[in-house]
Amino acid sequence: METTHTIFVFTEDIVGLLNRITIIFTRRNINIESIIVSESEVKGIFRYTIIVTVSAERIEKIVKLIEKQVDVMKAFYHVDTEIISTEIALYKISAEAINKNELFIKVVNKHCATIIKEFLDYIVVQKTGDDQEIMELFNDLEQFGMLEFSKSGKVSVTKSIKTLSTYLKEIDISNSQL
Amino acid sequence: MIHDKYNKEVTGAEALILALLDVGVKDVFGYPGGAIMPIYDALYDYSDKLKHYLVRHEQGAIHAAQGYSRVSDRVGVVFATSGPGATNLVTGIADAQIDSNPIVCVTGQVAYHLIGTDAFQETDVIGITMPITKWNIQVTKAGDIAAAIAKAFYIAKSGRPGPVVVDITKDAQFGKTIYNYKKCEGIRSYNPYPKVNIENIKQAADLINNAKKPFILCGHGVLLSGSQKQLLQLAEKGNISVASTLHGLSAFPAQHPLYVGYLGMHGNYGPNILTNECDVLIAIGMRFDDRVTGKVSTYATQAKVIHFDIDPSEINKIIHADVPVIGDAKESLNLLLPLIESANVEERKEWLKRFEKCHQIEFEKVIKTAINPTTPSIKMSEVIYKFHKLSEGKAIVATDVGQHQMITTRYYQFYDTNTNVTSGGLGTMGFGLPAAIGAKIAQPDKQVVVVVGDGGFQMTIQELGTIMDYDIPVKILLLNNNFLGMVRQWQQLFFEKRYSFTELKNPDFIAIAKAYKINGKKVTERKDLNGALKEMLDSKDAYLLEVLVEAEENVFPMVAYGASVSEIILE
Repeated sequence: METTHTIFVFTEDIVGLLNRITIIFTRRNINIESIIVSESEVKGIFRYTIIVTVSAERIEKIVKLIEKQVDVMKAFYHVDTEIISTEIALYKISAEAINKNELFIKVVNKHCATIIKEFLDYIVVQKTGDDQEIMELFNDLEQFGMLEFSKSGKVSVTKSIKTLSTYLKEIDISNSQL
Repeated sequence: MIHDKYNKEVTGAEALILALLDVGVKDVFGYPGGAIMPIYDALYDYSDKLKHYLVRHEQGAIHAAQGYSRVSDRVGVVFATSGPGATNLVTGIADAQIDSNPIVCVTGQVAYHLIGTDAFQETDVIGITMPITKWNIQVTKAGDIAAAIAKAFYIAKSGRPGPVVVDITKDAQFGKTIYNYKKCEGIRSYNPYPKVNIENIKQAADLINNAKKPFILCGHGVLLSGSQKQLLQLAEKGNISVASTLHGLSAFPAQHPLYVGYLGMHGNYGPNILTNECDVLIAIGMRFDDRVTGKVSTYATQAKVIHFDIDPSEINKIIHADVPVIGDAKESLNLLLPLIESANVEERKEWLKRFEKCHQIEFEKVIKTAINPTTPSIKMSEVIYKFHKLSEGKAIVATDVGQHQMITTRYYQFYDTNTNVTSGGLGTMGFGLPAAIGAKIAQPDKQVVVVVGDGGFQMTIQELGTIMDYDIPVKILLLNNNFLGMVRQWQQLFFEKRYSFTELKNPDFIAIAKAYKINGKKVTERKDLNGALKEMLDSKDAYLLEVLVEAEENVFPMVAYGASVSEIILE
């Protein structure tokens, strides 16, 4: 059965490594639903968050192949129940449309969203939440004239309490035993 | 003077040559071109220390490097220029990746400021080779070259070996740097030798000691880890039958009483059929390729599987391992051996007899007529069997890809270790001739014979020029059936004999060899075969022996595509 899996990959900071990781999916005709890359809490080590929908059997093999890459330190995978995730969305709305409508502030408040920028011609609203919450706000705001919309892709942390530094220490220890 | 080179200002190109010498490289296969000219210019001053072989096509260079690495413990090294030079390496890089050959390819690249501009002979070598390399890197500064080379060799050779590409921009080759080389001893994100889990070793020993019908499948990993002796000890101590994969051939002596043959689509009858009867399957350094397993859902389902492999991603990839042993095969077997008891001797002898019985069936139905045919035309199998007899199973045998390859690996019995050079995973036609050149350069004192078909020979036939140029005494045994034989066989069996573009109109191969100053002979009659083979083997120089063989000979036994190993057909 195919389910949503979140893969975390910790890597060195190397040109082209993103490509080396994504081609593992491309070769197997697997669509990456979301991918986020940014520096982790350890300087020089990057964290990838990749979301794919595949079977449990397949994900295990894929993660092994990711970890096999020379510049990858560690890769993990989780099902949704093992992680806490959220997403950020930005909605750019025409200021003109809002001025004529008193409902706007009510909608923003109802969805626990915030206005982060106000300009003469447009306003930017920010919402943090899951995909459903983000799209509900999108639907409610559309009546005011949506100029632009963007969401971040899922940002996640695991429910386990082991830190990255712990894993890195384990890698160091196992390497020093060689 | 060696001690003078450190802390001296050199060009990036010279730093590359110095680094290769510091790594211990003795031979390079390559082809010059615009973007690698500074490196070739630096090589000019070092050609006494670093022997460069000018091939006739870059594909020849990489296959030669593969052959070189297959028969030695050295890394094969290749030079090629940017653009077409580099793309001509691609087939060989993919071949080396799937067959785990340690190769370092140094490619020239256009100057840094021209990258991405569609400059002359510019191509994205890093992007193109990323899916087919173990690692690759682009170097844009002279000062980074030595470190990149040190890392490249470490990665190519350690753990499960593989090809590495180092792409060096022309300005980095011209640039100045203070030469400094430090051997790469480890990379923090890379763990090539996973620590063997002793609990798994104990479980494996338990399974083996209690087995009545244990069966060892030996793969290329045995050769790569140098654990031939340990494998032999395991087999002898436990009275365990051993079969080999295509790349495992020559890891276990074929004349040994516990050796039961060769696995796979065209392998031996017993090893295939009894895979589905053994109680413990001991797979060592092999990856359950589809040509070995046949239909996976019916493969060895009755057996407990112990899988030894250095690459964790191979475990449970195709066949579920009841006991996985991740680690270097030599280390794992050394840990396992003291725990092995010589138990169940009688039962195991009974089990070995099953293989003997299967061999008798195969001998009667296939081998007898294959090695001693009564047909008017010469059979490939009799040629190879005679060649095996005359060379006493001790030659290094390179093969190309196709029917002749399967026939050679069936009828040549490998007595000496590291003597089988073939393209297994990728199945690259054109591999054989250049690979044999590389093998001969690595093992100049060994008899090196390449068996080729008329199709594959013509894919890299230009390397006869390399043989002529450097007087490389490679023996070429051409089995000519004027067909792309393996495809023709499938067309006959599975496509109602619709021979779509598999018949070849061939040139006069002997005349071609002669044009390259290579002596040769064509044999069309059985009575001349033995003498001609002797002449080829005795020749001090390169030699082409062309044998006209039966046009429509089929390779049997055969596990048809998608069939179970127990459904192997004999005729």
